[in-house]
Amino acid sequence: MHPITTVHYLALSAALLLIGTVGVLTRRNIVIILMSIELILNAVNINLIAFSHALRSVDGQIFAIFVITDAVAEAAVGLGILIALFRNKETVQADEVDLLKW
Amino acid sequence: MPVSNFVNPADLVRFLPEIILTVMGTLLMVLDPVLHKRSSYAFGHLSLLGLAAALVASVYAFRDPGPAFGGMLMVDGFATFFRVLVIGVGILTILPSYRFLARHDAETSEYHALLLYSIAGQCLMVSANELIMIFLGLEISSIASYILAGYLRDDKRANESALKYFLLGSFATGFFLYGVAFIYGSTGTVNLTSVHAALTGPNAPSPVFVGVAAALMFVGLAFKVSAAPFQVWAPDVYQGAPTPVTAFLSAGPKAAAFAIFLRIFMTSFQPIANGWEPLVWGSALLSMTIGNFAALLQSNVKRLLAYSSIAHAGYVLVALTARSDVGTAAAMFYLAAYAFMNVGAFAVVSHLSGRGERYQNVDDFAGLGQKQPLTAAMLTIFLLSLIGVPLTGGFFGKFYIFKAALESHLVWLTVLGLLNSAVAAYYYLRLLVMMYMHEPSEAATNAEPLSFGLSAALILPALGTLVLGIFPSWVLEFAGRSSNLVK
Repeated sequence: MHPITTVHYLALSAALLLIGTVGVLTRRNIVIILMSIELILNAVNINLIAFSHALRSVDGQIFAIFVITDAVAEAAVGLGILIALFRNKETVQADEVDLLKW
Repeated sequence: MPVSNFVNPADLVRFLPEIILTVMGTLLMVLDPVLHKRSSYAFGHLSLLGLAAALVASVYAFRDPGPAFGGMLMVDGFATFFRVLVIGVGILTILPSYRFLARHDAETSEYHALLLYSIAGQCLMVSANELIMIFLGLEISSIASYILAGYLRDDKRANESALKYFLLGSFATGFFLYGVAFIYGSTGTVNLTSVHAALTGPNAPSPVFVGVAAALMFVGLAFKVSAAPFQVWAPDVYQGAPTPVTAFLSAGPKAAAFAIFLRIFMTSFQPIANGWEPLVWGSALLSMTIGNFAALLQSNVKRLLAYSSIAHAGYVLVALTARSDVGTAAAMFYLAAYAFMNVGAFAVVSHLSGRGERYQNVDDFAGLGQKQPLTAAMLTIFLLSLIGVPLTGGFFGKFYIFKAALESHLVWLTVLGLLNSAVAAYYYLRLLVMMYMHEPSEAATNAEPLSFGLSAALILPALGTLVLGIFPSWVLEFAGRSSNLVK
């Protein structure tokens, strides 16, 4: 059995960042884009906690709590904006939101 | 650290502007049921009062500059300059909002509360000296701005604007945070001064790791200041948002984002400047070119000004590329001049666009010089300043930036930047020609007379633009003294 080291956590976090980024860039459903953004923020949290553990410093954990709080606020505002849009346009597909362009 | 440090009265004084703005914002929401029926203007008056108090508090806090809350905040000349700037932008946003909100039957209390929260976040950003605080300020400012962009919630364009702003803004925050986490992991600290010390110290972390972190943070910040190649959201968001909000977005959050850009890259990342310089160089050139050439093709004035604001972000990045204190001072001066002329120009658009924001095209400005000479004269000052004609703030802004760039031997960037500003003159002049040399359009004929708030919102920034253009040394000296950031 190999112990789980900081590098493992970093790899997990990098994978989550990649999945989140691909999700934001390729998915059409806005709810799924929101979920992908949450994934990126959680990748950051895993990084912060792993570093906090490795460095024996508590700053990272406090930072992670701030990030979690921020993610909640962002999700609330994001869903609110989405509902306002849905009332007017009846769609949650990103490519159908195309009034403004060149 | 002993707990007594956290209730130090000096710390509270240095944090006073943020406290005032937050308390005032909350007060507005609490008072909503009481004042709502009596006067819809009361909230505007109250928030102006709050902003004025915060302005005084910012200046007062500067009488005794220094760190607060164990080094988390740094109230220095740089922070005070930008605090005054973002609060000033807030005041200039509220003045045209009175008429705008009444015209669209919109709720006033929430609008002003959100505006105050956003400004509180920006004040926190510009005075933060720690990455956690910077992140917190950035998010307080951004989340409130996302809502403001979609404030007219029955308007499909506003919905779309808010959605795009939100999705791309939070995506950018994710990247910024990922970079911050790497900085924390490699240096063990989030304090900007300590990061600088760690990067220059004997046990400097792996440059690859720090480089990746700096690149990720650069991506996040470039999104926030709408610098190319991360500028695509800006025209859509600026066009769809309510016009006073667009004025605010293009000046306040942008100036604050540039402040943290300068602070992070000129203090913490100064030891690795050779690494990030080419990155900023490319982004500066790309922003100027994309912004100016795309603006040539626009017929919607809000969109035109949005592209011009991308180009102006490019000019400020030129100042950052110079990597010198002179460059920082030039960037500060430019952001102040830019805030005046841009907020003023958007106030004119807000005045002319009418109910439902119908009149926003270049053609709608036809004959404005005949019908409303004062409005047209003010817009002329703003446009001349955006071009960079002497005797306006925009001229000295560009002059100092390119001077700083030349002193740092950025000859090519200077030449290309100057060519760019020549291109820019075309689309601003087109608007001027439209105002003075065409028969009045429907929009110009039907425009309401200027209200008191709107006149103030036009005359104050016009005066500011002229003062910066005739007595630039007043502001430049302060900027020069404050640009030597705490390293």
